Amino acid sequence: MTIVTNDTPAHVDPQSRLATVPDSSRASRTASFDPADFPVPSGREEEWRFTPVDRLGALFADGPASGHLERSVQLPEGVTLTDISGEQARSLASRPPNDRAAAQAFARSGGAVRLDIPAEAQLEDAARIRLTGTGGEPVFGHVVLTAGRHSKATVIVEHDGTAEYSEFFSVEAQDGADLTVVTLQRWNDDSVHLGQHQALVGRDASYRHIVVTLGGAVVRLNSNVTYAGPGGDATLLGVYFADAGQHLEHRSFVDHNEPKGTSLVTYKGALQGETARTVWVGDVLIRAEAEGIDTYELNRNLVLSDGARADSIPNLEIETGDIAGAGHASSTGRFDDEQLFYLMSRGIGEYEARRLVVRGFFADIIVKIGVPEIVDTLMEAIEEELATDMGTPA
Amino acid sequence: MTTLEIKDLHVTVETETGVKEILRGVDLTVRSGETHAIMGPNGSGKSTLAYSVAGHPKYTITSGSVTLDGEDVLEMGVDERAQAGLFLAMQYPVEVPGVTVSNFLRTAKTAIDGEAPKLRHWVKDVKEAMTSLRMDSSFAERNVNEGFSGGEKKRHEILQMELLSPKIAILDETDSGLDVDALKVVSEGVNRVKASSDIGVMLITHYTRILRYITPDHVHVFIDGKVAESGGPELAERLENEGYDRYLTAQV
Ligand SMILES: Nc1ncnc2c1ncn2[C@@H]1O[C@H](COP(=O)(O)OP(=O)(O)OP(=O)(O)O)[C@@H](O)[C@H]1O
Ligand SMILES: [Mg+2]
Repeated sequence: MTIVTNDTPAHVDPQSRLATVPDSSRASRTASFDPADFPVPSGREEEWRFTPVDRLGALFADGPASGHLERSVQLPEGVTLTDISGEQARSLASRPPNDRAAAQAFARSGGAVRLDIPAEAQLEDAARIRLTGTGGEPVFGHVVLTAGRHSKATVIVEHDGTAEYSEFFSVEAQDGADLTVVTLQRWNDDSVHLGQHQALVGRDASYRHIVVTLGGAVVRLNSNVTYAGPGGDATLLGVYFADAGQHLEHRSFVDHNEPKGTSLVTYKGALQGETARTVWVGDVLIRAEAEGIDTYELNRNLVLSDGARADSIPNLEIETGDIAGAGHASSTGRFDDEQLFYLMSRGIGEYEARRLVVRGFFADIIVKIGVPEIVDTLMEAIEEELATDMGTPA
Repeated sequence: MTTLEIKDLHVTVETETGVKEILRGVDLTVRSGETHAIMGPNGSGKSTLAYSVAGHPKYTITSGSVTLDGEDVLEMGVDERAQAGLFLAMQYPVEVPGVTVSNFLRTAKTAIDGEAPKLRHWVKDVKEAMTSLRMDSSFAERNVNEGFSGGEKKRHEILQMELLSPKIAILDETDSGLDVDALKVVSEGVNRVKASSDIGVMLITHYTRILRYITPDHVHVFIDGKVAESGGPELAERLENEGYDRYLTAQV
């Protein structure tokens, strides 16, 4: 067994230097379909301590089914989208909600949308769901995605517009399935989005979850994985770019509850603007039965201007000695002026030089993402962010 | 015909214990076709001179002037200095993660020329220059200086000099950290550029070793932030035999 700790020395948030073993095991955290099992967060709870909970009241509150997002859907042949009842959704959920927001998403959504990829389907084109907020009432959503045995598919969910939105997204990648889920947050800057993406990865299945968060006032996504059999492979990738006034929080929890699985968590973010704020918390639990697993998690943040703040916290709990590998790396670094000087001393203008450095920072994760249309969208969006924040070249 | 003229240059840096003057009145003129060796002990301010001319923000010019064909270099941004024809091969080249050498070179060439190079010629030029510097073609797809050995970084600096065709190049200890073979390869690179262009070279070095391969027209001894003595190649020989002690004791 190897445990790799690779912390870059410069500008590291002291909290992120070591993977901390949390006070209470991640395994003991409440999971329930009933919102009453979760008190309204005060902000003092370990899992809410970074989040501006005072802006989330509407999504914690009890009430009837509420507003909705405009939905446009493009499905490849064979893929079906159906409305199902809350009861059905509950029976299909791999695990219950983990916090009050997700429990309310289940309770107040008034049923769920089921997206079904048939067994052995080999989809060339992605299934796409675009959800657009139109303001008004808070929205609660519940999606159940099933990728049948040995199917291969990509599902892209894109969010834009203005909304207060809480979602519970339950995913099952059945045995041998190869599933990529992309969630793209391009909200207007007044939107709030809370989500729990809970995946169950079958025997020898391969699950890729890709988060791209660019817009929104407050975005807080929990991306979780458990395994339904040995040999499952989970890759969780995230890219975020926070501007002034944005709070972008990404949490993941990989529960290695089966042997021989692998997990790779890689999140990279840039922050620009005085009040830009990001949080990454990566929990990995390796249970006693999870022999021979291999896991690695990494988070890197690039701080482009003074006053922006990134928190980065890996948590690793290991209950068995018999693993192939477990490691993590986390760092938060300021934009390196020596890199800027080097590029500019070769005649490259400041704007172009900054662009090269920021693109370079994201280059390796962009290669990992691999879904061409997402990569293009992302690169364009990063260019836009840089252009608005730095002023376009003279 | 280009002239880089440094006159009575005074430069300070901010240190933990306050402002420290490092350059104390440097006078130096480098013209096209000339090669000037700047030799001096550690800490005498050679790199400070190089960085100050290139415009590194760490250094504050307190008085004096630097001009390129009469144009005020100190008024120019870092990128503008390079576009005007100045080049600095750094003592410690910087790693730029995620930016490939080939992308970097093309972007720099485009910035300096004001237009993108013709693709076919450019690819050929890069290949040839890399071959003559004994750089494997795989370097083109590696990230700038990332994981390069000391010698590879220096070759990469000279590669840039060859491709960007500056008017005046400042080479800051390009020889340090090179074994004899690499020193020859790098020197050949510099000599190739000298032979094929009218480049003026300011060769900063600690040792006389590189001067066996690159012949200087002028040698300047740099002590405590200024030029203590100037002469021809024979001055380098004298330094080789006597070291810098003579200048250092003379100071006390
Ligand atoms: N940021 C700084 N803080 C304190 N001292 C500095 C700083 N930058 C430069 N110096 C000092 O300025 C002096 C000149 O440094 P410089 O790097 O120019 O010397 P050099 O001649 O290039 O030396 P070497 O041969 O070792 O490369 C040194 O004494 C160095 O310690
Ligand atoms: Mg030096």
